[in-house]
Amino acid sequence: MDETVRMAVRGLSAFHRGTAVLHNVTLDVRDRSVLAVIGPSGCGKSTFLRCLNRMHELAPGASVTGEILLDGRDIHGPGVDPVALRRRVGMVFQRPNPFPTMSIFENVAAGLRLNRMAGDLDAVVERALRAAALWDEVKDRLRGSPGSLSGGQQQRLCIARALAVEPEVLLMDEPASALDPIASARVEDLVHELKARYTVVIVTHNMQQAARVSDSTAFFYLGRLVEHSPTAELFTNPREERTEEYVTGRFG
Amino acid sequence: MSMAHTAPLAMSGAPPRRAGSVRTGDRLWRLFLLAAGCGVFLLTALILIVLARLALPVLHQPGTWAFLTSSDWDPVAESFGALPFVWGTLVTSAVAVVLAFPVGLGVALFITEVAPTWLRRPVTFAIELLSAVPSVVYGLWGLFIVVPWLRETVEPALGAALGFLPLFSGPPLGLGYLAAGLVLAVMVLPTLASVSIEVMRTVPAGLRESAYALGATQWEVVRLAVLPHSRSGLVGALVLGTGRALGETMAVAMLIGNAPSVGTSLFAPGYSLASVIANEFAEAGSDAHVGALAALGLVLFLVTIAFNAAARLLIGRRQP
Ligand SMILES: Nc1ncnc2c1ncn2[C@@H]1O[C@H](COP(=O)(O)OP(=O)(O)OP(=O)(O)O)[C@@H](O)[C@H]1O
Ligand SMILES: [Mg+2]
Repeated sequence: MDETVRMAVRGLSAFHRGTAVLHNVTLDVRDRSVLAVIGPSGCGKSTFLRCLNRMHELAPGASVTGEILLDGRDIHGPGVDPVALRRRVGMVFQRPNPFPTMSIFENVAAGLRLNRMAGDLDAVVERALRAAALWDEVKDRLRGSPGSLSGGQQQRLCIARALAVEPEVLLMDEPASALDPIASARVEDLVHELKARYTVVIVTHNMQQAARVSDSTAFFYLGRLVEHSPTAELFTNPREERTEEYVTGRFG
Repeated sequence: MSMAHTAPLAMSGAPPRRAGSVRTGDRLWRLFLLAAGCGVFLLTALILIVLARLALPVLHQPGTWAFLTSSDWDPVAESFGALPFVWGTLVTSAVAVVLAFPVGLGVALFITEVAPTWLRRPVTFAIELLSAVPSVVYGLWGLFIVVPWLRETVEPALGAALGFLPLFSGPPLGLGYLAAGLVLAVMVLPTLASVSIEVMRTVPAGLRESAYALGATQWEVVRLAVLPHSRSGLVGALVLGTGRALGETMAVAMLIGNAPSVGTSLFAPGYSLASVIANEFAEAGSDAHVGALAALGLVLFLVTIAFNAAARLLIGRRQP
């Protein structure tokens, strides 16, 4: 496995109107690996994720302190355009939300058009849809509306949309939690395949899922990073007692 | 239906006397609600019937079509044509919405997408204040400010630049379609803006965010997520605003020039359905005159109802 660090988070704290919701988080995300983020509801997983592509600061009254380095450069540094950053750090949300009035094809192409990326649009769209394991299901109705797709297909469409701009890091916030077990398993398989080319940070409430898809796992509790270890280690031999309580379900 | 509902209740062992009294109260309550609900329909129907009965002679004598397409209005000679009024109402409303829609849309986008949170309330409040200004005050403002401005500045300039178009030809009179339409635009702006704001508030946060997450700028988020999702609701706002403009009486009566003619230039004076009824009803001498005015009222009523119904349909159809 590649040991280079893709994103380095250094002393990150995040605030909502002055209230800290993340406290002094420090961790590394290795290149071409999957980092799972787990923890009880409200512990700051989504906030952490949204700091990584500067989506957090879009909320009114939100702010951050600390450093996040992408390939060694601070993403909050002067001259870093958040719009350009978000092209490099893509994001998939809990609920599938394709652009309603665009066709399936246009949805996947949307990011390319936004970023005025040159190249063969058809080829890029096909590649993204294949990468999202959706191509075979939609190749005959690319001009159709995404509304006609199932929830799981829509979610994979959103993954394809995020992949089309070739991000370096893909953030996924509970991407499978709105899906049925079969669709969820497909997304899981997909995460596995994505690891070969992308760095993935995935938030999940599903412990088995975290164990299956990730290389390392970070456990958050009350806005603090309690433990970040290789996944096998964190689940079988956690260093912290609170981690053990959480992963074994003895959490109180 | 109601039998199926009450049957399990009766079997659940409630004391029968009590159940009976509840049911009587319930029945009375329902009756009252039914009456209230039907009352609204009845009222609407009544208005329609009264108007139609008054209008019947006119709709018979020259015939509905002839009445609607004739542009001759001469109460003394008992010759009645609705075209100048229908035309005036449509033109002023069209001018109003064409001018107000972009502004309303801009205000709504500003409030929902751009403005810092602390600024949203004051701006919304200012917009709502506009709708509290009485119609006659708008009329006065139009007479003393807008009309001179149009006559001395805007209309000569428009005429010089675009005078080759029939729309902007003719002498700059001030009073006319443009003056009425411009003031109407300010009057329908609150409707357009507040409905647009409501519509845009229903854009799912996830949709907006996924546009941002793709590397969209603020404007691109609007284009990609906000506008497409709000499309039918915005058309609804447009139609609702038109509905408001169609029925506006006082301000238009003060500004349109009150000339029963069909002008092709926006600078020309005209007349509108609502304002001719307001101006002439009190002194209408003959039954035929009253009937003709009632027929105009009927036309206005049907058109406004159609617009409002269409707007409700468009605004209500959006998914939550
Ligand atoms: N817009 C906001 N304004 C104020 N507080 C917020 C806002 N968004 C989140 N918070 C607070 O920040 C904390 C962390 O929220 P976050 O959404 O990151 O939790 P989470 O771990 O993703 O939870 P879940 O598993 O339920 O998604 C919570 O206490 C929440 O109340
Ligand atoms: Mg969350």
